[in-house]
Amino acid sequence: MHPVLTLVAQRLALGILLLFAASALIFVGTQILPGDVAQSILGQSATPESLANLRKELGLNEPALSRYFSWLGNALQGDLGTALTNGRDIAESLGSRLGNTMFLAGTAAVISVPLAIFLGLLAVRYKDRWPDKLISAVTLTSISIPEFLIGYVLMYFISVKLGWFSSVAMINDGMSFFEKLNAIALPVMVLVMVVLAHMMRMTRAAILNVMQSAYIETAELKGLSGFQVIAKHAFPNAISPIVNVVMLNLAYLVVGVVVVEVVFVYPGMGQYLVDHVSKRDVPVVQACGLIFAAVYIGLNMLADIISILANPRLRHPK
Amino acid sequence: MNKQIEYLKSRVGAGKLSRRDFIGKVGALGVAAAAANVMLADAAKAAGPTKGGMLRLGVSGGESTNTLDPALVASEVPLNVLRHWGDTLVQVEADGSLTNRLAENVESTADAKTWRFDIRKGVEFHNGKTMTPDDVIKTIERHSNEDSKSGALGIVKGIETMRVDGNVVEITLETPNADLPYLLNDYHLVIQPNGGMDDPTAGIGTGAYTVEINEPGIRHGFKKFANDWDDSRGYAAETEILVINDATARTAALQSGQVQMINRVDPKVAKLLDRAPNLAIRNVSGRGHYVFIMRTETGKFVNNDLRMALKLAINRQEMVDKILRGYGGVGNDMPINAAYPLFDDTIPQREYDPEAAAEFYKKSGHDGSPIILRTADGAFPGAVDAAALFQQSAQAAGIPLEIKREPNDGYWSEVWNKQPFCASYWGGRPVQDQMYSTAYLSTADWNDTEFKRPDFDALLLAAKAELDLVKRKDLYSQMGNMLRDEGGLICPMFNDFVDAVATNVEGYEEDPNGELMNSFAGVRCWTT
Repeated sequence: MHPVLTLVAQRLALGILLLFAASALIFVGTQILPGDVAQSILGQSATPESLANLRKELGLNEPALSRYFSWLGNALQGDLGTALTNGRDIAESLGSRLGNTMFLAGTAAVISVPLAIFLGLLAVRYKDRWPDKLISAVTLTSISIPEFLIGYVLMYFISVKLGWFSSVAMINDGMSFFEKLNAIALPVMVLVMVVLAHMMRMTRAAILNVMQSAYIETAELKGLSGFQVIAKHAFPNAISPIVNVVMLNLAYLVVGVVVVEVVFVYPGMGQYLVDHVSKRDVPVVQACGLIFAAVYIGLNMLADIISILANPRLRHPK
Repeated sequence: MNKQIEYLKSRVGAGKLSRRDFIGKVGALGVAAAAANVMLADAAKAAGPTKGGMLRLGVSGGESTNTLDPALVASEVPLNVLRHWGDTLVQVEADGSLTNRLAENVESTADAKTWRFDIRKGVEFHNGKTMTPDDVIKTIERHSNEDSKSGALGIVKGIETMRVDGNVVEITLETPNADLPYLLNDYHLVIQPNGGMDDPTAGIGTGAYTVEINEPGIRHGFKKFANDWDDSRGYAAETEILVINDATARTAALQSGQVQMINRVDPKVAKLLDRAPNLAIRNVSGRGHYVFIMRTETGKFVNNDLRMALKLAINRQEMVDKILRGYGGVGNDMPINAAYPLFDDTIPQREYDPEAAAEFYKKSGHDGSPIILRTADGAFPGAVDAAALFQQSAQAAGIPLEIKREPNDGYWSEVWNKQPFCASYWGGRPVQDQMYSTAYLSTADWNDTEFKRPDFDALLLAAKAELDLVKRKDLYSQMGNMLRDEGGLICPMFNDFVDAVATNVEGYEEDPNGELMNSFAGVRCWTT
C-alpha cells in the first residue's frame, strides 16, 4: 500500500479511538455533576413526591455502566434518544441547531480564512513597514477585546444607532438565504474579528520562516516580484502550520461560540447545550458532547492529512 | 390651558407620565382630581383597540428545555406561551379582584368546604371540540394524581371529591378553604381537552391564540384563534415571543424596534433607558421578594435571639437603594406586603439597629465564630452584592458574617432548602393564605425556614375557613407578627417588576401579579 494511504488510515483509526475515549469521558462527566436531572427539571418548585415520580419515569435508578453501553449502542445507530426535559427527539432538534451553527461558522470561515491569509501575505510583503504594523495592531486589538463586548459595541452602533442590521440574529427555515445572511451579519463580523488575528499572525510567522531559505533568494534573483515570490514559493511550503491553525479556529467557530450566540440570540448548538446542562438533561448533553468531540477530532485529523499531503517528502518517500 | 392638557394626555398615552403625576400636573392647572381621572381614561381609550398587526415580545426566562405541558411550566417564557393558548377557570386581576373566565359563576357552601363552578357554555377548543365540565375535572385530576409532576400538585391535592352536576363542577375539599378560587387561578391549571391526558404537550386550549411555532429556547409564534369566546382580548393578528435571556441584547432589540416589549430591565440601566424617545419603562411593585433564609431547626439558628440579632443587623433601605436602585420596597421579615389583600399596615416596620442587634447577639451566647451565609448570582439578581452589604451592616453590630459564594449550577438542589443560611427569592402568591400555606405551614414541602409551629398552623387553618374579612385580617396579622418576630425569614426587600414597552404599543396595564401584565401582555396589548 502507498505510504500516504497507510498514514491516512492510521490517522483515521486514531481519530475513531479518540472519539470512543471522548464518549467515555463525556459519560463520566455527566454522571458526576451535582444534583440530578429530576431535581433540576423541577427546580425550586420540586416537591419530594413529584421528584420521586420523575426519577422513576426517567430511569435514573439503573446502574451507570449499563446506561453507558445502551447509550453508545443507540448513538452508533444514529438514535440519540429523546430529551428528558421536553420529550423531543434529540437528533431532530439537534439537527437544526447544528445546521445553524455550521451556517454561522461556515459564513465566518469563508470570510475570515482567505482574509487572514491574504492579510498575512500582505504583512510579509511589507514586513516592518506601516501596512504590516497596521494589520498587526488592528487584528491584535480585536482579539484582545472580549467577544461579548465587541458584540455589544457593534450592536449599539450598527443596529441601534444606524439601524443597518438586526441585533437579533434569529434565523428560521422560512427565511431566504439572503435574509439569513442579513440576519447574521453582526455575529459574523464579531467572529471574523475574533479569529482573524490568530490565523493572520500564524501565516505571517510561517512564511517569514520560509523566507529565510536559500531557494527564496534564488527566486528573487530570477527577478520575480516580491508578492509572487511569497505566493508561489514561500506559501506552499508554509501550508502545514497554517492549515493547523486554520483548523483550530474552524473548530472554535463550531464549538466555542456560545457567548456570541447568547448575545445575538442565535439558535445554535452552544445555547442548546448550556440550557440542557443547567437542567441536567443528560442525553442531550452527551449528544452535544459527542458531536463537539467529533468536530474537533475530525478537523484536526483533516489538518494532519492536509499537512501530510502538502509535504513532498511524505508524498514521495524514498 | 387646553393645549397643555392635551400635551400631558399624550405623555400619559406614551407612558411617559404616571397617573399620579398627571393628576398632579393638571391639578396645578386648576382641574379637579375627578375630572382629571376622566381625562386620563379618555387619553388611554381614545382610539380603542386596533385589531390586526403583529406584536413581538422579547422575553427573558426561556430555555430550549421548555415544553408546552402546563404542568411543567416554571419560567417566564413558557408562562407567556401558556397565557396565549389556554385559560383557567378564574383569573386574579390587577386590582386583586377575581374575574370568572371559564367558570361563569362560583359559589360555595357557608363552611367553604364545597364549591360549585358553573362552566361557561359554548367555549371551543382549538381542535374544534366544545369544552365540557368533564374536561375541567380531568384537568384537575391530571394535576393531582399520584404520578403528577405538576407544579400545582400542592394546590389541588387537598381536593376530596369532584363531580359533574349538569353544567356545574362541584369540588369538595378535605378541609374548608375560603380561598379555593384563588388557588384555581394558578397558571398551571389551564383547562385542556380531556384534561390533557391524551397529549399534555399538544398546546390545545381555549385561549385567544393558537400555537403556530414552538421552538423552545428560540421563539414561539401564535395566530389569533377565530372562534375565541372572549372578544376583549387577542387584538393582534399574530404575536411572537422571542427568547432573549441576555439583558443587553433584550434592550438592544427593543431599542432597534425588533420587539415591542421586554421584561426584566436591569435596574442599573432602567433610568437611562427611560430617556429613550421611543419607549417607556413600566414598573409595578409586586409580591415577589428577595430573602435570606435561616433554618430554624438547624444548628445555631435554633436560637431566636441570634435570628433576631441578624434581622436587626440588616439595612433594608440600603438594599432597596443599592440592589434594586429604588425599584422596590422594604420588607418586614414576613412574606407579605401591601400588595396583598387583607394586609395589616399597622405592623411596625423593622429598622436597622446595630445596637439592639449587638445586644441580641450577646444574649444569644453565640461563640463568635463567623456565621456562614451562602449566596450565588442566581439566588436573586444582585444576591452576591446584597450579601456583601449585609456583611458590612452586621459587622457594625459586631456580628461576623462569612460569605460563601456558591455556583448557580445546582444552587436550588444543593444549597437552598438544605444549608442553614442562604440567599433566595420568592415569587409571591395572589393571596396571603397561599403564601403561608406554601412555605410556612409545618407540613409544607417548601418550608425553607423550617418554621414548624402548631399555633401558627392553627391560625392558618382558622383563617382558611373564616369568611368574615375583619376576623380574617386579624388572624393574618397575628400570623405576620409571629413570623416577623420568631420566624427564620429575613426579608429585606420586595422587588418591582420592571418592563419596557415601545410607545407604539397600547393596552399595557400595570399588574402586581407578575411581570408583563401578569404575562398577559401579548394577549391584551395591541400596536398602533
